[in-house]
Amino acid sequence: MELPKELKYTADHEWVKLDGGRVWVGITDYAQDALGDIVFVGLPKVGDTCSAGSSIAEVESTKSVSDIYAPVSGEVVSVNEALLENPEILNSDPYDGGWICEISVTDLSAVDALLDSDAYQALIA
Amino acid sequence: MATSANFKRPGGGVAASIPLMGRAEEPTIFDLSVAKRRASSLRSSGVDQVDPRTVLPATMLRDEPPALPEVSERDLVGHFTRLSARQYSVDLGAYPLGSCTMKYNPKFADAVAAMPGISQVHPHTPVSFAQGWLEIMVTLESWICEITGMAAATLQPAAGAAGELTGLLIMAHYHQRHGGRRSKVIIPDSAHGTNPASVTLAGYEAVTVPSNDRGLVDLEQLDKVLGEDVAGMMLTNPNTLGLFEEEIAEITARVHAVGGLMYYDGANLNAILGVSRPGDMGFDIVHSNLHKTFATPHGGGGPGAGPVAVSERLREFLPGPRATLIDDEDGVRYVWKTPEFSIGRVHGFYGNAVVLARALAYMMYHGGPGLADVARYAVLNANWLRAQIAQHYEIAFPQLCMHEFVASAAQLKKRYGVRALDIAKGMIEEGFHSPTVYFPLVVDEALMMEPTETESPQTLRALADALMRLAEAATSSDGQEWLHNAPSTTPVGRVDEALAARKPRLTFDQASNRPV
Repeated sequence: MELPKELKYTADHEWVKLDGGRVWVGITDYAQDALGDIVFVGLPKVGDTCSAGSSIAEVESTKSVSDIYAPVSGEVVSVNEALLENPEILNSDPYDGGWICEISVTDLSAVDALLDSDAYQALIA
Repeated sequence: MATSANFKRPGGGVAASIPLMGRAEEPTIFDLSVAKRRASSLRSSGVDQVDPRTVLPATMLRDEPPALPEVSERDLVGHFTRLSARQYSVDLGAYPLGSCTMKYNPKFADAVAAMPGISQVHPHTPVSFAQGWLEIMVTLESWICEITGMAAATLQPAAGAAGELTGLLIMAHYHQRHGGRRSKVIIPDSAHGTNPASVTLAGYEAVTVPSNDRGLVDLEQLDKVLGEDVAGMMLTNPNTLGLFEEEIAEITARVHAVGGLMYYDGANLNAILGVSRPGDMGFDIVHSNLHKTFATPHGGGGPGAGPVAVSERLREFLPGPRATLIDDEDGVRYVWKTPEFSIGRVHGFYGNAVVLARALAYMMYHGGPGLADVARYAVLNANWLRAQIAQHYEIAFPQLCMHEFVASAAQLKKRYGVRALDIAKGMIEEGFHSPTVYFPLVVDEALMMEPTETESPQTLRALADALMRLAEAATSSDGQEWLHNAPSTTPVGRVDEALAARKPRLTFDQASNRPV
C-alpha cells in the first residue's frame, strides 16, 4: 500500500497535498482498494465553499456510493474534470492523476493538524 | 433511434435452443423483427374505427409510426421463454440474497389473485359493485395493524421506498401541524441505502449515528445528535446486520423525549412476524413490504406493495381515500373516505391491488400462529447456516442472529486474493443464487445471507456444503483461478460490472461501447 511521506491524511481516507496557500485533495490508495472499481465521481463546483468534515464530492464504485469530505475549510478553486469521463483514474493513479479538487485554505494551521503518513499507516493497519 | 430500417440482418427468429446451451447469443427482440409480421390479429369489435388525425390535436400526433419490433407469436414466445430459461429464479432454487427476503411464494396466493372477481374488477367500478374489494382492503388493513401493533394504515404505496417517502411526508405534516420546525432525521450507519435517499427527498437532512462494537445503535452517539431539530429516526429492527436492537425501548424513549417520531423500516419484518410488534417497541410509523414478507414474487422490478401503518395520533394524516366500513341510515357498507389532514394520494387509484389480495390470502392461510412459525423458521434457518459456515468465513457479529446474517470474505481476500464477489460468483457455479455482497457497508467483504423459512434442511445442508467447498477452493491456486473466472458453465460467464457501470450500453443499437 503506497503512502507518500510528503502528504497529509484524514481518518476518512482522503489525502492532502499542500501547495502554497492551496491544497490538492484526493482519496488514498487504501480507500480506492477498499472501494473497488470506481465507476462514477460527483465533483464539487469551482467557487463552492466548504467546511472541514462537510461532504464535497461523491465516489461510486461497483460496491457502494461514498461521500468525500473536505479535509479543511476553504473554497474550491479547481476540480479534476478528467474524472468525469475516466473515473478509473482514481483506482490506477490515486495520488497524482486521481486528484479530485483543489481548495484555497482558510486556515493553513488546519493542514498541519492532519495525520502524517505514519499516523495514517497506524490507523489502517 | 431504434428503427427496423436500420437492420443489417435479415431478421426473423430460429426456433432452436442453441442460446440456452451458451453456443450462441440470444438475439434481441429487435433482431427478430421482420416487416409486417404480427403476433396477434385483433378481431373486429363491432365498434367503428376512427382515424386518430380527426380526433387528436396535431401536436400529439407522430410523424411516423413508432419503431416497434414486428415479430410472430412463435418468435416472441420462443425468445422470452429462452431468456427465462437462462435465468435463475425463486421457483428454480434457493435464493439466499440477504436483505431481499427471496422466499418461495406459494402458488395458492397466485390462484387467489387470479380469481376473476379479484383480477377483473376495473378501478372505476362504482363502489356499490366493488364491496368485496373494499372488504379485502379493510380486512388486510386490520391484519397489518395487528401484525405491526399500529392503529390504521394506507395500502397505497407502491413498494418499500414509496412507503418510506409516504411515512416521512406523514412525519413532516404532523410536525408542521404541531408547529415544530424540525430539519433532521437520524439514521444508523447500517441502514438501507433507500433510507437517506427518502429522507433527502422528503426535505430533511439525514444524520448518521454509528453502530457500537456489537453492531447495534450506540446510545451515547445517539444522544449527541438528538435535539429539538430532530423530526424522527428511521430504524430497521432487526437491523441490516440481522441483529435485534436490544435497547429499542430506550432508543424510542429518547427520540420521543425530544419530540421526534420513530419510523420502522419493515424490510426485515419476516424475522418478527407474530412474535414481536414495532408498535409495542414504541414506533409511530411502520411500512411493510408485502411483496417480500407476504407472498408476491419480486426482484424483477415489481409490482410490490408498501403499506404504511401509523399510531393513533397520525391516523388523520394518512393518504386517502381509504376503504372504510360505515353504518348509517343507508345501512352497513364500505365507502371511500379521506382522512382530515391527509397528505394526499401517493398512488393512482388504490395501490397495487393484486399484491394486496395475494398478501391477505397468505396471511389468512397461515393465521396468526402460522405467521409466527414463518418468523421462527426464518430465524432458525439463518442461525443454522451461520453456525455451519462459521469455521470458513468470519461472522461479523457472533451473537445469535435473526432472519439473516453477515459473513465476511476479508480473510480469504487477505490470504488468497479471493473476494466476496468471487465467492458470490462461485455460488452460481454451485447451482444457487448468490448472496448479497458488499452490504451492509460496515462489514468488509460482506456476504449477507438470508436462507428464509422456505428452504428445507436438505437445501440448507447443500448451501452450507457449497459455501465450504468455495472457501476450500480459495486455498489452492487452481481454485483461485476458477473462482476468479466463475461462473464458467452458465450461458453468460463473468461480466465486466465496472465497464457496464462506467459506459452503460442502454439501447441495443447504441453505437459506443459495442464490441468491435
